[in-house]
Amino acid sequence: MISMLLRRLVLVIPMVIVVSVIMFLLASLVPGDQARAILGESATPESLEALRDQLGLNLPWYHQYLNWALSALRGDLGSSIYSGESVVSILAGRFPVTASLALLSTLVIAVIGICLGLLSALRGGVVGRILDSVSLFGLAVPSFAIAILLVSLFAVTVRIFPATGYSPIDQGLGPWLWALVLPVVALSLGGTTLVAKQMRDSAKEALGKDYVRFLRANGVGEFSIVLRHVLKNASIPTVTILGIGAISALTGTVFIENVFVLPGLGTLATQVTLNHDLPVLLGVGVLFTLVAVVISLVVDVLYGVLNPKVRTS
Amino acid sequence: MARQGSPRVVVSSRRSLLVDVLRKPLGAASIVFLLLIIVVSMLAPVLATHNPLYQDLGAVRLMPSAEHWLGTDALGRDIYSRLLYGGQESLLGVAQALIVALALAVPIGIAAGYFGGWLDWLVMRTIDISLAIPGIIVTLAVLAIFHNSMFAAMVVYGVLVSAGAARVIRSVVLGVREELYIDAGRTTGLTSAQILVRHVLPRTLGVVIVQAAMLSAIALGVQTGLAFLGFGPQPPEPTWGGMVGEASSMLQYFTWMIVPTSGIIVLTTLAFGLLGDAVRDANAERIQRPVRSTRKRSSTASAQIAAATAAQEGGDSGLPVDEEALLSVRDLTVAFGAGDDATVVLDRVSFDIQRGETVGLVGESGSGKTVTAMAVLGLLAEGGRVLSGQIRFDGVDISGYSRRQYSALRGTKMAMISQEPMVALDPAFRIGFQIAEVVRAQHRVSWSAARRRAQELLEAVRLPNPREVAKMYPHQVSGGMAQRIAIAIALAGRPQLLVADEPTTALDVTVQAEILDLLRALQERLGMAVLFVTHDWGVVADICDRAVVMYAGQVVERSTVERAFEDALHPYSQALQRSNPHDAPKGAPLPTIGGAVPPAGRWPTGCHFAPRCPLATEACSEGRIPMIAAQDDHWARCIRIDEARAAREQTDESLEVTK
Repeated sequence: MISMLLRRLVLVIPMVIVVSVIMFLLASLVPGDQARAILGESATPESLEALRDQLGLNLPWYHQYLNWALSALRGDLGSSIYSGESVVSILAGRFPVTASLALLSTLVIAVIGICLGLLSALRGGVVGRILDSVSLFGLAVPSFAIAILLVSLFAVTVRIFPATGYSPIDQGLGPWLWALVLPVVALSLGGTTLVAKQMRDSAKEALGKDYVRFLRANGVGEFSIVLRHVLKNASIPTVTILGIGAISALTGTVFIENVFVLPGLGTLATQVTLNHDLPVLLGVGVLFTLVAVVISLVVDVLYGVLNPKVRTS
Repeated sequence: MARQGSPRVVVSSRRSLLVDVLRKPLGAASIVFLLLIIVVSMLAPVLATHNPLYQDLGAVRLMPSAEHWLGTDALGRDIYSRLLYGGQESLLGVAQALIVALALAVPIGIAAGYFGGWLDWLVMRTIDISLAIPGIIVTLAVLAIFHNSMFAAMVVYGVLVSAGAARVIRSVVLGVREELYIDAGRTTGLTSAQILVRHVLPRTLGVVIVQAAMLSAIALGVQTGLAFLGFGPQPPEPTWGGMVGEASSMLQYFTWMIVPTSGIIVLTTLAFGLLGDAVRDANAERIQRPVRSTRKRSSTASAQIAAATAAQEGGDSGLPVDEEALLSVRDLTVAFGAGDDATVVLDRVSFDIQRGETVGLVGESGSGKTVTAMAVLGLLAEGGRVLSGQIRFDGVDISGYSRRQYSALRGTKMAMISQEPMVALDPAFRIGFQIAEVVRAQHRVSWSAARRRAQELLEAVRLPNPREVAKMYPHQVSGGMAQRIAIAIALAGRPQLLVADEPTTALDVTVQAEILDLLRALQERLGMAVLFVTHDWGVVADICDRAVVMYAGQVVERSTVERAFEDALHPYSQALQRSNPHDAPKGAPLPTIGGAVPPAGRWPTGCHFAPRCPLATEACSEGRIPMIAAQDDHWARCIRIDEARAAREQTDESLEVTK
């Protein structure tokens, strides 16, 4: 188990390097001049050249990347071309919003997805058919379209939830949660149905296993069989899907935060894209990769905890 | 479990996948819808009623009318015409991403799956890494770099999503590679390229189309999403995403516009998704299409049920209910499936088990012995039900018991061990926990008391180091150990009847003997009765007091074990014993029974064994053959007992000579 985790941790390093190299290469392809963007049109050629030297813009890209990577390791991701603010502090200000969204969505995906899947495996019929049609909707329809439909239904037609805005958690749990209801529903619909379908299939498979028959034959009640044996065994493949759901909720914030005007990393990413503020976009990319990698590590740990074959071999 | 014969695999190439998809209502509807959207968008210049850019400030935010079919937007532009033109951009974006994704995923996935080795390793690691890349952020970076070019964004997005598709295609190719005809192709000298193009590519086609449909849905979501965020073609150019953006900005005072603009996106993505589902279903059916049951067969099935129920009164086994017996099964008839599709799998089965006695239920696969055992336990597989007859346990008929009533009986009164001990234990829980759980299901004791009892039980089945074993998981023990653990679990409630479903079949011969010794010892100590399901006459001789031989859903012979060996009467019992490898003379070919057990639903009229029986006459196929008493407590379902006995004596003599 420990060695498996260590091996996974070692894999994290090439992932982060690959993503940052890709992002960095893309950034270095950008036409236009960072120095001019900072100093403005009236700058003299001398001062421009001086700034380029200072920023290392005259170095070959791999040299620039190495400089960037070394300072990144020290926790310095550079600063915004426009505001001059450090990228790390910009990200730190935005991160809680996106983290709230992604965490709540993952929670919803896990709890509702697993319950629905288990119910559908046991009851089949009606629940299964509803799940099939809703899941197709949740999977196929883009989350921003769902978000807009939710806003027009529950914030405009019936005014239950706020259409836009965010309330930090330190200003009260209630308003924070209330503002996040619609975004979280929009973000979690696809993942929930994905998890529910997987849970249904693997729970059905588990129910047909010899050990379930053996437990029944020797007097173990249905309640224990379903909530202990079927749930645990069916959770093993479902955890992987849950990881996919969590990552899709994370990347979905790029669209959803824009619909609900939430000050998170998603709105930041679109804003800096329109501004060509590449150091910040690079920072968002690296942060998203790190979070995605952490999610897949958590999935691996859960997988190992649930599946003794992984842990003991 | 009923062994009803696995469905035959038929790969049909006569009908094309397209026809199969079109036969599904949702598949046909989504194809028609998508074609319509594509054609209408392409013909936008012809079909549009207005110039998509023409502003009419005197006619802003209108509801649908004869003039403006879908109303007008905030600048008085015709929504219908703008949607037609916007579709061009969106569908083009989808096509760009799709072409790039498939151009990468199909060759990479096929090559990795087919050639394997280092190439596969490299591809899989690359895919692992690329799946962790936040695709949407990279796409945003591309938009920033390439001057807001939607083309560049969709191409890069296509590259990013190709990884997931390549992985799916690879896993399908891995499966195809193992199939026999690929091997055959290789040995007959086809080159890899020929095999790939002729055999592998066609088999992956269905999966590729499913992936293409799913990728299209995702790509459309991203394309319209990016346009919604303000990327790509800028206003006043019409785009689907941009129109949703305009609609959502005036949601408060002109709600209508959100309906057609987001509606077209929702419907188109749904159509891609439904198309993918329909292709997947059609593809699965093509690869594994069981031989369809004809109406004719169905009607014979219901006729059988009618016959089986009609002949019920009094039965024909001539065996009165034994009130003394622990278990007395009478005329037990079981069917699988409902209504006209029902198939009778057990036909009036009768036998008894006395207290403390071991009865062997003997027969080939498909004889119905396991179904009988499961019916006794109330654990028929899904779709199975007792049509008629009695299962009297301790003097009470339990055949109509509810799930709850059966639950109370199992574990404490009757218990089971099964054929594959390795899969009888839940792989996800420790052995000690599983035993303690069963203990707690039967007695209201604390977990610690249950764990102590688990230790005792592990000791009782003679496992060394019970403390260590309790901490292990099922995959860490051997088959023989697993069967001992299963026995410990079955004994937890001190049952009066143990149903042992081929408990030694999957084990090595030496382990088999140990398990049989253990069962015999435990049985003597605890005084429980055992119903021993087996096909092995050696095991019957070793452990059973009486034998019940089954063939094609019927009991064909019932006697003590001594008589079963000395004077087997039914030609099937005789043949079964002759084909037992332990008793066959060395050097001579092992006698086998020609033909196979007819599957349930295709039983012949009269004697079920007649088609394979060397002694069969015309009379054997006329009407139901009753159980005939040959001697006290020795019955056989055969009208030619005397001939059968003479035939056996003759063979025995000739065997003596060869020995």
